[in-house]
Amino acid sequence: MAINSQHIVIIGGGPAGLEAASCLGTAGYRVTVLEKEKQTGGKLLIWDKLFPEFRNSDKVLNHLSNGFKTNPPQILTNAEVVSVIPENGQHRINLRDGQAFQADTVLITTGFKLYNAEKKEEYGYQIYENVITSFDLEKQLKTGNPIRIEAGLTPRRIAFIHCVGSRDIKSGNIYCSRTCCITGVKQAIEIKRRLSDAEVFNFYMDLRMFGQNFEELYIEAQQKWGVTFIRGRVSEIAENKDNSLQLKAEDTLSGRPIKMSFDLVVLLAGMVPEPRTVEIGKSAGLEFTSGNFLAGLDSHISQNETNTPGIFIAGTCREPLSVAETLTDARAATVKMISWLRENETSHKKPLIKRDND
Amino acid sequence: METEGKKRVWEEYQKEIADDHYFYVRSCIRQTFFPGSETTFLKILQNDLKKDVFEDARHTTCTGIGYHTDIVPLETTMTVIARHFALMTEAGYVNIIPSCVTSFGLYTEVLDTWRHFPEIEAKIREYLWKATKREFKVPENLVHTSDIIYKFRNRIKDLSKVSLINKKTGLPLNVVEHIGCHYSKMFPQSGVGGAEFPAVLTGMIEAWGGTVIDYPERRHCCGFGFRQYLVKANRGYSVSNSKKKFESMQPYQPDFMVANCPGCSMFLDRWQYTIAEMEGITYDSNGTGIPVLTYEEMAGLVMGYSPWDIGLQMHQVSVEPLLDKLGIEYKKEDKYLGSNGQNIGEPQKPMFLIV
Repeated sequence: MAINSQHIVIIGGGPAGLEAASCLGTAGYRVTVLEKEKQTGGKLLIWDKLFPEFRNSDKVLNHLSNGFKTNPPQILTNAEVVSVIPENGQHRINLRDGQAFQADTVLITTGFKLYNAEKKEEYGYQIYENVITSFDLEKQLKTGNPIRIEAGLTPRRIAFIHCVGSRDIKSGNIYCSRTCCITGVKQAIEIKRRLSDAEVFNFYMDLRMFGQNFEELYIEAQQKWGVTFIRGRVSEIAENKDNSLQLKAEDTLSGRPIKMSFDLVVLLAGMVPEPRTVEIGKSAGLEFTSGNFLAGLDSHISQNETNTPGIFIAGTCREPLSVAETLTDARAATVKMISWLRENETSHKKPLIKRDND
Repeated sequence: METEGKKRVWEEYQKEIADDHYFYVRSCIRQTFFPGSETTFLKILQNDLKKDVFEDARHTTCTGIGYHTDIVPLETTMTVIARHFALMTEAGYVNIIPSCVTSFGLYTEVLDTWRHFPEIEAKIREYLWKATKREFKVPENLVHTSDIIYKFRNRIKDLSKVSLINKKTGLPLNVVEHIGCHYSKMFPQSGVGGAEFPAVLTGMIEAWGGTVIDYPERRHCCGFGFRQYLVKANRGYSVSNSKKKFESMQPYQPDFMVANCPGCSMFLDRWQYTIAEMEGITYDSNGTGIPVLTYEEMAGLVMGYSPWDIGLQMHQVSVEPLLDKLGIEYKKEDKYLGSNGQNIGEPQKPMFLIV
């Protein structure tokens, strides 16, 4: 039960939004979560296992839903926010269906979108049948069914290509998506676990194993599972007559061009901002990073506050983050929000929820 | 292969192609390699499609070969190209259509350089004025001549006498399409369909009834590569690149190849002879090689032009097997008759390649 009449709206019911809702609810605030999809959980619903422990994603989802015991938020699904307008010290949140909400403070947790790998035309995603993304592979892994390529055959040789749409000035994204490296290692091991005879290769620029136990997993991939790592950017993929894939790259350690055939190529597509995040951010007068993510007020001390007072950001709508980092970030944002609400505690007597047709 | 994915790529790379009134600039080398191609282009444009095409005998090389072999400095190249623009301006045209892919690439590069560095354009204008007392306007529309044929591919289909279909089997011919590197690999936005899945030749082939082969080394260089060939010691490298392509396309049993670049048409044709003489192999089942056409020659055949009038006797790989598949009638004895009816002389027969 809420003990504070101040109303918080969270835009986005993914890991960041749900974790923040749980913390703010526990602190006694009235929280409304607006989720554009028919179900909360965000991309965790698609993901099978999480690095580095191969924890089932359902466990994190369970943690998030268990957080609502004391003061559960109001969760509205199929609620797509189109704008947030600062209004008389509060914020008006407009939905695509015409509904509107009034909030004392807003937390934006709209997450990320997968980079459209079709833009890297040289890799032939959505043209060559056996070129897929890490998302596509994760969906396949989640079914629990044996890994198959398009013709229904078991792949014997699989390549992962790192940095697809990340750290790539030609694709317009100069930033690092951070989690793709470890995802490539995790998925390579998962394939070896299921297909022990398969040859698995990772083509990378450099591997950024920044998180706890990431480096250990990278070593395990090589020593225990025999995954091969080749430092070299892939220049092009073409389809052979039997629908296998010809891949050309440069091995930058040996300084030689290489040409190899694979049954399956997995593109580790990076993170880009959700288009609606940009739409919402512009409506609220927020600033953006060079990668078009929402910008925090200060890169060291105020990452979750924005240039518009009362609007906060958390999770991958502000920069690429892992699930663990996203949850930490959400909790950090709630601390800042509570401080802000206390400092700005004036009498907001406006209706908790206002609908245009009321 | 998902064709819808390709179509999405093609949608990203569409460009404006002027409808009429073209200032035509010829290639230095095509008239030697495949002398009927440019004439065929002009006949189709002027006689069949009733378009206004103008050319000026004072037009010269664009210096492309010299530029790409580091013999001609960039400022000189730009000034020569500026002179071409001046000829176009003096003739009252705004749409320029180079026949050569290297010229097209170089014109595109020069215009792009001037857009980014207006001070360079100002300097070149000054050079041109000092050297020739000429001035110019930059073209409003710069496209390659293959873009023009692509634009009118459906009109050509309406006027066509021949389809790219095997007369005996009724099946579409398997066609290898090859674009020149300088058509869109430097500036993907300047080519129809971009650089990875170019649509300019594919559009023609499919409109006229053929099927395009997508083979693994489709994107690979034809082997010309300028200094790969122009430096004599590198010619083995040139042949080996072409060989790589032939070996890659062979399992798909292509009926013919088509290219939009002077060098590509030349080397894909001539190196088949060279490889046959070196190794005694060809990449077809009959020992005659895989015929190579320019896109104008392909259009000319579709329009029902005589194969000898459009210069197909100048090809190293015999085109007769292809003409037979297309059901085109021809007289073998007319193959080496010149336009005046006199025999122009037959080339020596190769040792291995069957002609």
